Order: sequence, then C-alpha cells, then structure tokens
Amino acid sequence: MLMSSFWSMWISILTILVIVGCFVLLRICSKNTTPEIKEGESMGHSFDGIEELNNPLPKWWSYMFYITIVFGVVYLIAYPGLGNYKGLLGWSSSNQSIGTDQGIKADSKAAIEAAATEGRWVQYDQEVKAENEKSGPIFQEYAKTPIEELAKNPEAVKVGGRLFLQNCAQCHGSDARGGEGFPNLTDTDWLYGGSADEIKASIMNGRRGMMPPKGGLPVDDSEIPGLVAYLHKLGGAEHDAALAAQGQGSFMKGCFACHGMDAKGNKLMGAPNLTDNVWLYGSSDGKIAESIKNGRAGVMPAWKDMLGEEKVHVIAAYVYSLSNK
Amino acid sequence: MMNHSQPHGADYNYTVVRQFALTTVLWGIVGMSVGVLIAAQLIWPQLNFDTPWLTYSRLRPLHTNAVIFAFGTSALFATSYYVVQRTCQTRLFAPALAQFTFWGWQAIILAAAITLPMGITSGKEYAELEWPIDIAIAVVWVSYAIVFFGTIIKRKTSHIYVANWFFGAFIITVAVLHIVNSMAVPVSLWKSYSIYAGAVDAMVQWWYGHNAVGFLLTAGFLGMMYYFVPKQAGRPVYSYRLSIVHFWALIALYIWAGPHHLHYTALPDWTQSLGMVMSLILFAPSWGGMINGIMTLSGAWHKLRTDPVLRFLVVSLSFYGMSTFEGPMMAIKTVNALSHYTDWTVGHVHSGALGWVAMVSIGSLYHLIPNLFGHGRMYSTSLVNVHFWLATIGTVLYIVAMWISGVMQGLMWRAVNSDGTLTYSFVESLEASYPFYFVRFLGGCFFVTGMLIMAYNVYRTVKAPKDSLPALAEAKAA
Repeated sequence: MLMSSFWSMWISILTILVIVGCFVLLRICSKNTTPEIKEGESMGHSFDGIEELNNPLPKWWSYMFYITIVFGVVYLIAYPGLGNYKGLLGWSSSNQSIGTDQGIKADSKAAIEAAATEGRWVQYDQEVKAENEKSGPIFQEYAKTPIEELAKNPEAVKVGGRLFLQNCAQCHGSDARGGEGFPNLTDTDWLYGGSADEIKASIMNGRRGMMPPKGGLPVDDSEIPGLVAYLHKLGGAEHDAALAAQGQGSFMKGCFACHGMDAKGNKLMGAPNLTDNVWLYGSSDGKIAESIKNGRAGVMPAWKDMLGEEKVHVIAAYVYSLSNK
Repeated sequence: MMNHSQPHGADYNYTVVRQFALTTVLWGIVGMSVGVLIAAQLIWPQLNFDTPWLTYSRLRPLHTNAVIFAFGTSALFATSYYVVQRTCQTRLFAPALAQFTFWGWQAIILAAAITLPMGITSGKEYAELEWPIDIAIAVVWVSYAIVFFGTIIKRKTSHIYVANWFFGAFIITVAVLHIVNSMAVPVSLWKSYSIYAGAVDAMVQWWYGHNAVGFLLTAGFLGMMYYFVPKQAGRPVYSYRLSIVHFWALIALYIWAGPHHLHYTALPDWTQSLGMVMSLILFAPSWGGMINGIMTLSGAWHKLRTDPVLRFLVVSLSFYGMSTFEGPMMAIKTVNALSHYTDWTVGHVHSGALGWVAMVSIGSLYHLIPNLFGHGRMYSTSLVNVHFWLATIGTVLYIVAMWISGVMQGLMWRAVNSDGTLTYSFVESLEASYPFYFVRFLGGCFFVTGMLIMAYNVYRTVKAPKDSLPALAEAKAA
C-alpha cells in the first residue's frame, strides 16, 4: 500500500536533512572552528577540573564517516527507502508491487512468473524459481518410478523422510507414530487404504474424516455404555457380556452403514475398523463414549498445491516404506 | 586526583547519589544472578522446579528489566546527579524531588520484581511492565528531567559540559520513547492492550527497543564515560570538536535505526532499507565516543599498569567499540539474514551490556564510592583488580560462546540438501548449542562472582573509619 504523498515527502525530507546535516557538520568541524585557539590547545573551559583540547578529528575516522554517508546515499538511490520512491533497481521483497504498479493481479501465479522472467526482481519468487531449477530434476527423476519401487531406494526414502520432517511431523510426529487425533503411519491400520496410490491420494487431496454425533442415529445417551462394551468385545478387550449384547442391538440401529456389518470399517468413507483395537481418539471407556456421543472430525490438508505432485510422490514412498519393510 | 576537586565539594547534595550508587551494586547482583539462573535453565530445564513463577518465560523479562532499569538506570541516576552538580558547580535543583525519584524508582523496581514472575506482562520486549507501573515510570522520569535540567539552568559555569549533553539527550528521549510505546487501553488493573496494531505496533516497539539501547544504554553511559575517564586518568578530553560531531550525529541517527530489528518481516521495504542505511551511517559517530575516551589517555597510558579502575573504563570503551562495529554490520540485510533470531544477537547484546554498560558503570562506581563516603580510594585495590579480571574473562567467555553458537545456528538453519530440503531440523541445532550454553553460563558465573566481590569491597569502604583509606601516592601526584 502506498502512503499519502504528504507522508512520503515528510519522511524523505527528514531523511535527507539528517544525512546532509551529518555531512555538513562533519565538513565544518574538519577545520579549526575556533582560530583563536590553536589545534592541540585547551578550549579554555574547565569543568570540575576537566579540560577539553582543540584536537582535530582523526582523518581515518572522518573518511570512514564519509564512506558510510556515500554508501547510504547510493543505497537510497538504488533501493526503496525514501517514501514512495521505488529505487532505480526496481527491487521489491514482495509480490505487492506487481499488483499495484503494473495492474496485474498479484495472486495470479502466471503473472508473478512472468514478472520474474522479465527480470523484475521479486525476491521470494526468484529464490523459489532458482531452487526449483536446482532440485527439480531430482524430483522429476523420482516421479518416473512407481511408489512401491521408489520405497526400496534408500536415497529417495531419505529425501521423502526429510520432506516429511519439515511438513508432516507437526501432526504425525517425527517418528510418524501420530498422536491422539493424528493417525499412526507406521502400522498397517489405514483409514483410507494403505496401497501406494491410496496413500498418495490422501496426501495430494487431503481427507476429511467425519463421524456425526451418535452417527446421526436415534441412539439414546443411555445406550452408550452398551455400545462401548460391544466395541471392546469387537476389539477383543475385556468387557461386560450383558452390556455388550445390549450394545450390539444399538449398533444395528445403523452404525453398520458406515462401519460395515462386520464393523471392519469402510475405506471409501474413512470409517475406521472397530475390531482391531486401534483407537485414533483413545481407547478408554470415557474416550470411546466421547467419540460416540459428540462425534469426531479430522482434517488432513491437501498438499497438491503446497508441495506439488512430484514431492508428494516421494513423501508417499517414504510413508509407504514405513509399513512395507 | 583530589586536587582537581572544586572547593565547594562539601556543599553538593550526595545523599541521593549515595543511595543510587549503593542500590546499583545491589540490583546488579540481583539482575545478573537471575540471568545466570535462566542461562542454567537452558542447560538444565529442571531448574524451574515446575513452578510457574520460576519458568524461563517469566524470569527472562525479570532479568532484562532488572539489569537495564534497576542496575543500569540506577547507575545513570547516581552518576548523572553527581556529574551534573560537579560540572555545573551547583547543588541539585529541587532536592525533595530528587529524593522522590529515588524512592519512586525503587518502588517501580519492586513492582516489576513482583508482577513479572506472576506473569503480568504487556508482552512488549523491554517494556513488559503493565500500565499502572508505566504511569509511575513516566511520573518519576519527568521528575528526573526537572531535577536534571533545573540543575543545568542554575549552573555556575558558562558552558554545559559534554557529559551533560549526553545525560540530557538520554533523559528527554527515554521519556518520549517510554510514553509513546506504552500507550495502551487498559481492560483491568493488570491487563492492557497496545493502541497500535500489526506492523505499526512492531515498528513502534522496535523504535522504542533500539533506542532504549541507543539512548539509555549508549548515550547515557557515554555521559558517564565523559566524566569518569578524564577524571580517573587526570587528563583533558581529547577533542572538543569530535565531541560535537559525534554527539549530534549520534542522536540524529540512532532514532532511525529501529527497523533493522524487523528485516524480512511485514514491515514495508522502504522502512527496512532506511533503518539499515541509518544504522550503517551510525557507525562512525558511535566510534567517535570511543576515540575521544581512549585518546584522552594520551600521556597517561602507564596508569593502566597500576590502576584497575582506569582499566575497567578503558576495557569498557574497547567493548563499546567492538559492539558498535558489530551492530551496524548486523543491521546489513544480508548479514542479518544469517544472524537474526540466533544466539549471535544475544552475544552482541551482552558484549554491549556486560562489556560496555556494566564495566563502565563498575569503573565509575569505584571512582565514585570513595568520593561519596569521604575516602581517598576503595578498601582494597587488589580486589578491584580481581573483579576486573573476573568481569573481563566472564564477558569474553559469554560473547565468544554466543558468537560460535549463533553463527552455527544460522548456518544450520539455512543449510539445504541438493533436493531442496532442510539439512537440519530445529532440534538438531538446539542440541549443537548445548556446549556453548554451558560456556555462557560459566561466563555469567564469573561476572556475578566479580559483582559479589565488589559488594564486599564497597561494604568495607563505606564502613571504613575516616581517613583510613588515603589516596595512593601515584594517584595523588596525578
């Protein structure tokens, strides 16, 4: 955003005044300003016994001062610094200048790329472009290999692991074992399928897990302990048999629509398998009851636009390698 | 050097100077000890004992506030009240108001020491105190200005001595900085929100933050230097003309330097460039003070062999020169890209804070305290010497450790593999920093030990019987 021309003038004039003022002061004091007092002699005033000598400014120091002033002036001509003045080099750290000056929308990727190729120096995009030119061929090469095969290439897995650490570890953990609400990627339990293509699709487009409160079914709160017992039974955990039998009845009210008659889930909807004793949101009675009562919503963001397909391909190979040794 | 004193010496108001001089030592020990504790917490996190008010996040602002505003500012109060009287040959204006600045300032320090560990903070670095305390600071500061400038006005000398230019600039500018940056809307007694938002808030904050460094920690202490260096060396100030150029250039340029704290942020490009340019031009004016101080020793270099007080003052000027060279370099955007957010910044701050601010204050206090309590010298000159070496070694250990650790962190964070991924995760750079955190902790221990020795020496000096500590023969001859 440009500031008003008043403020632009204000700041420019103040800047110039300060720099020119320093220069003029330095010039004046380079000569003996009090000719009646010779250089090296006392100025003639004493403060609590302290006198001051009329020594000249050290030459090397004055030159240093001049050099920094010249550098400053040159820099302010070349780069933005004086209010709205853009600088001779037309350099800008952001895309904003493209949008405001050239009438091109800054959010158009094509417009930014065009500006960058024309040599209008937009630092961030230039850096991204340079980096992509350097590392691009590596990923293009990897993209030619199917994920299952790439997962056996230790170099590629290393690259994928690093990308994982920098982009995925925040949720899934640096060891990829996940945490409450974030799936463990090292086991063989997959919400949306564990084939190479399914993993890649999950990363590319993201996923939206959605369990409505009580599955959106006419289940009474009083039925929840029974359901919890039934789920423990399915998972092979300790349970109250009578309660579990009750719970099975409740389950048949419609839970099977997503989780399946055998309760083994449905990867098309990301409905979890309820028989493997793997619990994304915790396995205690309380946690399971909470999941049923209030439902759950999980989001995996889509990485297609953030990293591009080639990098996702390598990450998918890394993730695939974790459970397919 | 007693022969340089004016005959009216006995008439000066030393009560408030004595009070501030002694609290400087006390707050120095407190502030630096908290610093050593949080340095230790970075190595042994258990040292917060799972107690909220002992956590790093709350003690860090306590450390910075204690050393800047309790230790440093008390030293400035003490020396400016002393210097302005002696160089103007007149007693302090409004002595009751001067007393008020002492008790008011102590109350503010106490309020800070209570509220900061409780987690009460406005969240602005070096300006964390909440609005009621901010108002108290403004009141005490304006009183300080009235006492100081009142004394200047009723001076009995024709000119105003250069030390008072610097003290005056520091007092006025800190008032303006503090009041503008602390503008906030209170929502309760202990919570308020800044009236600025976004990039403007950040800019106002660092305009304040950098000039707390520029005016409080630089201009103020240059005022101290301009009195105690020539006084202790018994030599005239090297160049009056240099004083003029570097004073006006320093105060005109410093006020622009804040944006270099916000390189590569949402701050507009022009502001960043301007901050960088002004910081660079500031280099020569900063060095003007160092040259004027060190060249004042012409003809008195031999005194460094026998006088550890002078050694404190001269070494402080060397650290000052080093930090004010380093600062403009770090303000250059490409250098800043490496140094910013790393320990290098922490090292830079401490080469200024320990090497310059603390050492020049300590040297000045060793000159001041015998004079205030009617003695010719400190109780033990060899303990001053021990303190000198502890402080110097402590400072060097600290800043060298932070330089290495900082440059290493900067290089690790930017290292990329051929595939464009980062070579190191953040935690790896943290692990690599541990040995240097230990060296920093060690340096801090050296420095605090020196301060404890100083406290003992000061205690013995204050308690010493009259005429038991005559000035050393050589100092007398000077």
